[in-house]
Amino acid sequence: MTSNGKLRIVHYLNQFFGQIGGEEMAGTTPRVQPGPVGPGLALQQALGNSAEVVATIICGDNYVADNLEQASREILALISEQNADALVAGPAFNAGRYGVACGIVGQAAARELGMPVITGMYVENPGAELYRKDIYIIATEDSARGMKDAVGVMVKLLMKLIRQEKVGSPEEEGYLPRGIRFNSFAEENGAKRAVNMLLAKLKGEPFTTELPMPDFDRVTPNPPLENLSKAKIALVTSGGIVPKGNPDRIESSSASKYGKYSLEGLSDLTSETHETAHGGYDPVYANQDPDRVLPLDVVRDLVKEGVIGELHPYHYATVGNGTSVANAAKYGAAIAADLKAAGVDAVILTST
Amino acid sequence: MCTVVPISLTVGANRIVPAVAIPHPLGNPELPCDEEKLLRRALVEKALKALQTEVEGQTIFE
Amino acid sequence: MRLELGRINITDIRFGEKTEIQQGVLVINDAELKVLLADDPNLVGVDLDLAKPGEDVRIIPVKDVIEPRCKVEGPGGVFPGFISKVETVGSGRTHVLSGMAVVTTGDIVGFQEGIIDMSGPGADYTPFSKTLNLVVSITPLEGLPQHKHEHAVRMVGLKAAAYLGSAAVDLTPDQVEIFELGNFAENAVQYPTLPKVAYLYMLQTQGLLHDTYVYGVDAKKILPSLISPTEVMDGAIVSGNCVSACDKNTTYHHQNNPVIRELLLQHGKELCFHGVVISNENVTLADKIRSSDYAAKLVKMIGAEGAIVSEEGFGNPDTDLIMNCQKLEEMGIKTVLITDEYAGRDGASQSLADATTLADAVISVGNANEVIELPACKKVIGNLKTAEIIAGGFSGALHADGSIKVEIQAITGSTNELGFSKLRGEGF
Repeated sequence: MTSNGKLRIVHYLNQFFGQIGGEEMAGTTPRVQPGPVGPGLALQQALGNSAEVVATIICGDNYVADNLEQASREILALISEQNADALVAGPAFNAGRYGVACGIVGQAAARELGMPVITGMYVENPGAELYRKDIYIIATEDSARGMKDAVGVMVKLLMKLIRQEKVGSPEEEGYLPRGIRFNSFAEENGAKRAVNMLLAKLKGEPFTTELPMPDFDRVTPNPPLENLSKAKIALVTSGGIVPKGNPDRIESSSASKYGKYSLEGLSDLTSETHETAHGGYDPVYANQDPDRVLPLDVVRDLVKEGVIGELHPYHYATVGNGTSVANAAKYGAAIAADLKAAGVDAVILTST
Repeated sequence: MCTVVPISLTVGANRIVPAVAIPHPLGNPELPCDEEKLLRRALVEKALKALQTEVEGQTIFE
Repeated sequence: MRLELGRINITDIRFGEKTEIQQGVLVINDAELKVLLADDPNLVGVDLDLAKPGEDVRIIPVKDVIEPRCKVEGPGGVFPGFISKVETVGSGRTHVLSGMAVVTTGDIVGFQEGIIDMSGPGADYTPFSKTLNLVVSITPLEGLPQHKHEHAVRMVGLKAAAYLGSAAVDLTPDQVEIFELGNFAENAVQYPTLPKVAYLYMLQTQGLLHDTYVYGVDAKKILPSLISPTEVMDGAIVSGNCVSACDKNTTYHHQNNPVIRELLLQHGKELCFHGVVISNENVTLADKIRSSDYAAKLVKMIGAEGAIVSEEGFGNPDTDLIMNCQKLEEMGIKTVLITDEYAGRDGASQSLADATTLADAVISVGNANEVIELPACKKVIGNLKTAEIIAGGFSGALHADGSIKVEIQAITGSTNELGFSKLRGEGF
């Protein structure tokens, strides 16, 4: 709060909107000016009497783009000096480097300072795709013509964030969807909504899907193994094969963890030693013979015969049933790090 | 190694070996024990071959 | 086919001397019913309980929910292939005990069983907090194999529903709903200008607690097939008990399929309802390809221009859903899919295991990973400890005071993918 009881707002601008200069000044290092500058005047007007733009931080777009981490650290330091209640960045419209700068500065302020943050961008601004999951980005027009409208919508949502009020849907509040899914109760049941959507689709009328299709990552394939007879192989499964009794109590669905289990002294998995914790398939066959999911018996044979160099002495298991992709990716990364540290060359990953 | 190859393709796996069935990817309870183990060995050998094969992108080892 | 559903509104249920319905109150001869239900060499016995809307009661772990009915006129009987002999149902008249249900519980068969809270925050997520429930707790022989246990439990639920339903044979219904649908040729002549719509009804068929039966046939063994909407409404499809409780269709859901109901209501007005194709969700890739090929072909053969596709369950069945969508859209049939989501407890993850850009019209019935706190209930029917092992539960889910914290995945019917309820997943 300011001495007169107003909320303290810091505004981030690039060199152009910060009135330092055009492209020739894009290398400008971060600096602070007291009070509002340029679009900050419209911002102050929209904020009214409840909040004050106490400082404007201006930085050149190229400086940020060329020194992402360092620049965001420097800017963050300037923001934290202002003892601010919230950060407004941009809006950046369709300016790509500016959009990325607003995104990275906003993300850092939200993460490191726990501060409400709002920015605005045109939907195709590369910064929008990069940062929409981390901060609220108001959808703006593609040029500064849309300044007044954008600032109004930004301030409205910012005040909700500061007051910790419930944020409505992207349509209601005007922000770019962050891809976060929440439940609510609709007016009509799902079947009725489905029939209505189908009728609209058949008539060629507009309709909005309730679930846009997800995107998945792609990774570059690793080079092949050169010498299998010298290689160390590990077994990993999402089929829930755990020692009998499920010692880590891995959940039958929506697993919150993975387990690491010794294979020392075992040449075959049996119903005496292991079982499945997975709740998404008929467990009878895996419980009778867990090798049907985690092929320890044949891998031991292949090691004995010298086909495979050695078997990593632990296997790793989680339950891939209703487990979110984000969590699965987290377990995968942790398992991979452990395997790498143990000098494992390749993994056989079995899934059910 | 998975049964539902389309999911492995969707989520981005690069070396994919199709397996038998969801509840028993590396087995078939209808086979006698020794034949079932041979089936499992063949599948694991296929996986080992995949690991030794250069791939450019997502590849299914039928 | 023409089916009349005569609804007898049940306003209360209680135990008494003779099973009968008196002015809307169902009296149940519990001693007689117990003997009838326990007549199975695989069972030690059953217990009966009542759970009514608003009561401070939790039922856990729930296996199936069934609506009691009886056949009054026309061919066939209730639950053909299980209780009645196999004979085509879906015509004539059936009486329904409306506003009540049979709920089966007892020792856990596997992981996939649910929770019904009759009051409190959990009650909003299950339709069965609004029904008067006869709860049957089933005790199997010790060491009974899981498949036999499931079968015994399934039969007890169906038997109990048939027993109660028979009390309505001679009554005059409070309302009679009439559902009628001509054959494809008649439909096309009668409504030449309305869009022809089919329903592709996916059935869980992945083994223990993931099975569904059609006229007593395990649906994993069928090729996709045509079925009349009134046959479904008349009990031809029966649940093989719960997979994740949130999105496994109970027998009650099949009996009251809301997609079928909605399409019949719009038939002749906004659309021409051309038929229902049932398909399965099997465990091998070849089965998935064969079934989706076959189902899409049937939808095309009956001349549909649009189709609603409902999934049952999640995970690998997402692939069946996506294959069905892809194949229908590539044939020029416009689709709308109904599914739930597994977007993580924070809602930030990808919701489905499989995807296609052709799925541009999807109804989301909610994120099953969302966590809910369920305060302790005065009375628990069943076994509260199972909260830690059912799907959607986790170690530490059950607190010392009897309250539980679970994903809504564990609540029976919370994200039903027939679109039975109003829950919806939204992007923020």
